Amino acid sequence: MNRTTRPVLQALPIIRPKTSPDETLLRIIQGIGFVFLLLALAFPLTSLLLRAFEDQQGSFVGLRNFAIYVTTPSLVQSAWNSIWTAVITTCVVIPLAFAYAYGLTRSCMPGKWIFRAIMLLPILAPSLLPALSLIYLFGNQGMLRGLMGGGSIYGPWGIIGAQVFYCFPAAAIILSVALSTADGRLYEAAEALKASRFRIFMTVTLPGAMYGLVSASVVVFTLVVTDFGIPKVIGGQFNVLATDVYKQVVGRQDLNMGAVVGLVLLMPAILAFLLDRWAHGKRSATMSGRAVAYRPKPRRGRDIPALLICLLVACALLVIVAVSVWGSFIRFWPYNLSLTLDNYDFTRFDTAGWQSVWLSVKLSLITAFIGAALIFVIAYSLERGPARSLLAGPLRFLTTVPLAVPGLVLGLAYIIFFNHPANPLGIIYGTLAILVLNSIVHFYTVGHLTAVTAIRQLDPEFEAASASLHVPIWRTFGRVTLPICLPAIFEILVFLFVSAMTTVSAVIFLYGPDTKPASVAVVHMDEAGQASAAAAMACVILAISLTAKLSEIVAGRVFARFTSAWRR
Amino acid sequence: MRFILFALVFLGLAPMAEAQQRTRLTVYTALENEQLAPFKQAAEAALRDIEIAWVRDSTGVITARLIAEKANPRADMVWGLSVFSLLQMEAQDMLEPYTPRGAEALRPNMRSARSPMTWTGMDAFVSAICFNTVVAQQRNLPRPTTWQDLLDPRFRGQIVMPNPNSSGTGFLTISGWIANMGEQGAWDFMNRLHENIQQYTHSGSAPCNNAARGEFGVGLSFDMRSVTLKNQGAPIDIIVPTDGVGFDLEATAIMRGTRNLEAAKRLADFTVSRTAAELYGRFYAMLALPGVEPTVRGYPTEFAQRLVNANFAEIAAARERLLAEWQRRYDGKSAPR
Repeated sequence: MNRTTRPVLQALPIIRPKTSPDETLLRIIQGIGFVFLLLALAFPLTSLLLRAFEDQQGSFVGLRNFAIYVTTPSLVQSAWNSIWTAVITTCVVIPLAFAYAYGLTRSCMPGKWIFRAIMLLPILAPSLLPALSLIYLFGNQGMLRGLMGGGSIYGPWGIIGAQVFYCFPAAAIILSVALSTADGRLYEAAEALKASRFRIFMTVTLPGAMYGLVSASVVVFTLVVTDFGIPKVIGGQFNVLATDVYKQVVGRQDLNMGAVVGLVLLMPAILAFLLDRWAHGKRSATMSGRAVAYRPKPRRGRDIPALLICLLVACALLVIVAVSVWGSFIRFWPYNLSLTLDNYDFTRFDTAGWQSVWLSVKLSLITAFIGAALIFVIAYSLERGPARSLLAGPLRFLTTVPLAVPGLVLGLAYIIFFNHPANPLGIIYGTLAILVLNSIVHFYTVGHLTAVTAIRQLDPEFEAASASLHVPIWRTFGRVTLPICLPAIFEILVFLFVSAMTTVSAVIFLYGPDTKPASVAVVHMDEAGQASAAAAMACVILAISLTAKLSEIVAGRVFARFTSAWRR
Repeated sequence: MRFILFALVFLGLAPMAEAQQRTRLTVYTALENEQLAPFKQAAEAALRDIEIAWVRDSTGVITARLIAEKANPRADMVWGLSVFSLLQMEAQDMLEPYTPRGAEALRPNMRSARSPMTWTGMDAFVSAICFNTVVAQQRNLPRPTTWQDLLDPRFRGQIVMPNPNSSGTGFLTISGWIANMGEQGAWDFMNRLHENIQQYTHSGSAPCNNAARGEFGVGLSFDMRSVTLKNQGAPIDIIVPTDGVGFDLEATAIMRGTRNLEAAKRLADFTVSRTAAELYGRFYAMLALPGVEPTVRGYPTEFAQRLVNANFAEIAAARERLLAEWQRRYDGKSAPR
């Protein structure tokens, strides 16, 4: 179970550790998780990526496609562009998100719950909304185009701006979970020792949040590298790796070359996995069994700056969203700004009309509930299960992969795997079920990292104590882990819900005649030149997601009253 | 876990219960959204026992889907997709050979040359210029009437066109130039045009949409694109250049491996009928069936003469090479202007 006992066990070879029923249970769950990710992620991806070694007729060509790809003139440029925009985005997002999360969790500023809701705004709506807002604000006809100083948003700076907006919630979620629990005794001790605030921050707060910081950075970096939606709309001809996949697959319909670029894009996943292992080695549980939950006391010197930072960030997020909400009520930007409700009469623009909205709600609800349960239980089995079990390593790796897989690649992989005539799972093809499965897998990593961050903050002593008292682990899980982690589980639930409401890149290849989600309808309306109608449907999605988030906050507060009394 | 499996199976089976009496044909298409309802209505009125279930997306996405689904085709038919996509699928042996009843009446260059045919054309759409008159006035841009006009230095940094490596519309545009000016002439033209290009977009609809929003003065696109924008009050003119424009066909085909071959054949018969052609004529000016008067308005009378004489099979065969050459010349230097 932990590292220190290992040498002892090895020194006494005669006494073999007996596998407890708890351990067996966790092993079984690990096994189920492994099979699930194998079927829903590894097999589909492999069946697509194998195409990298074939030509269009399906005969094996070895590394020829790679040779062609490496000699593409714009390749090095694309790779470099991907990396530097991702690095800059990460460097901007992480401090911002950290400060914001710090304010939410470690200060006594007012209105925290409202900031919690606003923080998610960027992922509550399809990516078209910020893209439209940026055009309305900073485009060549934009309201604030003077601020651009003659530069254009169509290029790297537009990409970085939009990515910062887009990645902020993921980073803020992970960091606010990382910062939400801390051992108050450490702070008391530090204060008693007259450590300066800066020193406390550097030696207590930061190390406690280290794992969260690493995860958040990896997530942001990978999100930027693999996202093609933003560079496609706002990047002009600024080439990045993700748009290279788009060109190969959608532009040239060359699945084989698409698979090659998809493989190259998996590199960040491997990097993420290594970093995660590294951070895992350095981790220490911040919440030991004897911990006293840290509760910030009001202090103006910290609360007022925290409030100001949160206000600033929140205002920026609100303005971007507000512009496109306004955009959904106007007739035609920028030549006819009279207001109208016609844009919400979706049947005028898309035969499915409002139906696609209800379909999206259904899809997202199923995804959220099945997904959150699955993700949390699997994360728990990994964190508390036998660390040296055969499956733990591969399973851990599989959980980091989805983040690095561009939706486009995942969508195609699903076609090739689930549509194969010999696959009995093909029964779900073209139905809502495949969209659900795809959405759970597509957004698995952020959910998993949130769960892991929450579980790692609990001392394994809880389980050890239960085990010595012969309390079965599922009871400890239900009575201790679950209630303490409930806020994190709610976060995962809502994250999955809103992600499924807004996702486009993978499901655009998978929806059937009766299962077109609203997020896809948004893209179609925008392509057809109906920007206002597209904005309107995006706003409906936003409103639904926001309702979900707000009900989570309310439910969370109610639950907290019953389950987190110990925190006070 | 059992619950999940149950839910998955349940969700999978639910849609199969409905619509048993009529044959349901899954039709993949890249038609414009507003065309879907009238097309479905007309076909279902003519063929009482057939129901059409559309899957509509952009040309690139729908083609990629069709090719990825090749091992086990889900579409029974394709109705309204670029002929270049169909030729690509023909090369991969994905189309069911069938000559729809009456297809011989179609213009010879707008139907498959094989016997039996693998695809039949519906109508032609042409590359065109979306020209924002308000922006033009502000920036003093002359109104172009030919492709050559676009080389005027006054257009420097004012023109947006789709990247042919990302968008079918982009390829349509350059293939028109190649058919018109010869390959060398077209590259020379594009070299000079490159100086005036502000941006190569990944989406085929973005240039016209952005020209309509006044982001740019000139967007290269195709004719149909601008109608919706104009109806909403965008100050754009659609210009079909007089020095020869490339065109693409919207076409129909039956997918090899369809589970509803008989019904698909009957729908294919309908798609080449006069009733169908009149329907196409409400949206497009150049129809595959001669003798049908298009009712769409706003096209010049001598429109047909502006179309370049394109050999689709030849262009489709050279596609890979042309795209690679284009990428080498223009895509590598992505320095933002």
